[in-house]
Amino acid sequence: MAILEVQDLNTRFRTDDGIVKAVSGVSFELERGDTLGVVGESGSGKSVTFLTVMGLLDPRHAEMTGSVRFDGEEILGLGNYRLRSIRGKRIGMIFQDPMTSLNPVKKIGWQLEEAVRIHEDVSRSEARRRALEVLEEVEIPKASTRIDDYAHQFSGGMRQRVMIAMALINKPEVLIADEPTTALDVTTQAQILRLIKKLQDEHEMAVVMITHDLGVVAELANDVLVMYGGRIVESAQVDDLFEKPEMPYTWGLLGSLPRVDIEVERLEQIPGQPPSLLRPPPGCAFNPRCAYTFDRCRAELPELRPAEGKSDHHFRCHLDGGDRARIWAEKQAALAASMRSAG
Amino acid sequence: MIQFLIRRVFWAFFLFLAATGVTYVLFFVIPSDPARIAAGKAATTQLINHIRHMMGLDLPLYHQYWNFVWGILRHGSFGYSYVNGTPVRSLLAQEIPVTASIVFGGVILYLLIAIPTGVISALRPRSIMDRTGMVFVLFGVSAPSVWVGTMLLYLVGFRLGWTPISGYCSLTPAHGFGECGGFWPWFSHLILPWVTLAIGSAALYTRLIRANVMETMSEDYVRTARAKGASPTRVLVQHVLRNSMLQVVTILGMDLGLLLGGALFIEYIFGLPGLGQQILTANNSFDLPVIIGITMFACLAVIVFNFLVDVIYAWLDPRIRLT
Repeated sequence: MAILEVQDLNTRFRTDDGIVKAVSGVSFELERGDTLGVVGESGSGKSVTFLTVMGLLDPRHAEMTGSVRFDGEEILGLGNYRLRSIRGKRIGMIFQDPMTSLNPVKKIGWQLEEAVRIHEDVSRSEARRRALEVLEEVEIPKASTRIDDYAHQFSGGMRQRVMIAMALINKPEVLIADEPTTALDVTTQAQILRLIKKLQDEHEMAVVMITHDLGVVAELANDVLVMYGGRIVESAQVDDLFEKPEMPYTWGLLGSLPRVDIEVERLEQIPGQPPSLLRPPPGCAFNPRCAYTFDRCRAELPELRPAEGKSDHHFRCHLDGGDRARIWAEKQAALAASMRSAG
Repeated sequence: MIQFLIRRVFWAFFLFLAATGVTYVLFFVIPSDPARIAAGKAATTQLINHIRHMMGLDLPLYHQYWNFVWGILRHGSFGYSYVNGTPVRSLLAQEIPVTASIVFGGVILYLLIAIPTGVISALRPRSIMDRTGMVFVLFGVSAPSVWVGTMLLYLVGFRLGWTPISGYCSLTPAHGFGECGGFWPWFSHLILPWVTLAIGSAALYTRLIRANVMETMSEDYVRTARAKGASPTRVLVQHVLRNSMLQVVTILGMDLGLLLGGALFIEYIFGLPGLGQQILTANNSFDLPVIIGITMFACLAVIVFNFLVDVIYAWLDPRIRLT
């Protein structure tokens, strides 16, 4: 049984300007020990989806419907009290900006100990021992002295390690990482990703990697969800997605991915801006930016349908199979051509 | 830390010289003759000149100023009132407790009101409690303390007769005939002044605390704490309160320093013989030594509270170092 099962999740925010449909009809499953990559631009609903899963949105502003089952138990709309025993204990979460995600006025040791003591009735010295142990596990040098430092005394990469330590201290079954490397420089990014991978193997935990970087997904994930305008637009195993993506938005994402083996004059970009979730375009949310739009795209939202011959590969697009195969073949040929001309 | 202290003491000394120096110069620009006032209406020119010489007013300005500074350094004396010859030091000793009683009592009262109201309004924005709080804030901000004081005096003190109408009783037990003292008399004489002071400020502080708590609640580290599974109470107490108090401490320090220079309106309405009343009288009679004495105390209060604010700052937020 999947550790996390989300069915038809919808999240709407009430604002002064109207209702923002941040997440619409999202469904997916996460198996124990697996890694799910969630990709999309800013405002695609990827973070909100998992804030909803964690119950971290304020129900006074957000209306949440659907089903979130954790280890078989429905947790969406569960009272704060029951949810707190899962949050931080069985599901850990790390956030994008390690600069602001740690309390500036508390020692990091205190913050780690707090994570233990919220869930377990242990002595301070025991909590401290565990804090030190987990700091060493995330490879913070001189952990025994650094445990008494404040967040501002750490570099960005070290702070993200502290965040990871805090999320892992209770040995959760699921780790949700919300763009954990976005705010870090490239070298540090690689270190943090390697660390997450290592810890995942050691702890046998499932990881959700929310990112806008397909490179990160290629490196870590087994399965991928591509999100756009609050919906899943394509979901597949990672190899299938890179080998034969089925819809124009994913093509765009792949085209904008820098690759060391191909020299191109200019990376392809997807024209335009992500859609307003307050007043989404009618039909397919991607239609104003899509190069292959036809009348039906403007009128009708495409259903999530399976790709031919693949039961675990789904996508939303009105283009028929022949067109999609032809366009992707052309794109690959163009890439191959630029590869040859480069050298 | 040592460097910080040295710098602060030096700064305090400079501030003291600047404040008293400016007061001296200003005083000499104003055409007035303290000697004539001191001598009385029917005095001869000769007598006035004699008094002027006794008071040292015939010396040049810088010399007088030097005498004043020397008096403090050598004898610990702040001079004598031009009007009645009382030592300024004993005047201050009488009046500081009055003003301090009003100010500290008032501040404690308004913090007791503003902190819970501000925090609750921030946690439940747009709730009944928040809206009620806002009405109270609007009232407190718009009603001048002179009016609030007078109304309280009339209703509570006069019509209901629950509290004394005016005057001050010291906190220490009474010594002689005609004096009053002890905790209860002190308390009952001050309760209306405290409420008057608190109504206006509590409103402002409620707004300030509400805004700061709301801002802190939306910080990333508060989300982290909730993601750890912390209860709402724990989030508030351990993660929000301390982080949202920085601005409050700053304003509080400034307020305390200012108010200790004399809570003029409140002293006036309730007939409390504090620094504010004294400086008003002294101004009207060109009583320079008294004015200087009070100015110095007010300066000292500002300096001390700014120092305290900095120390509390460093304690509240480890990113701030005292330098």
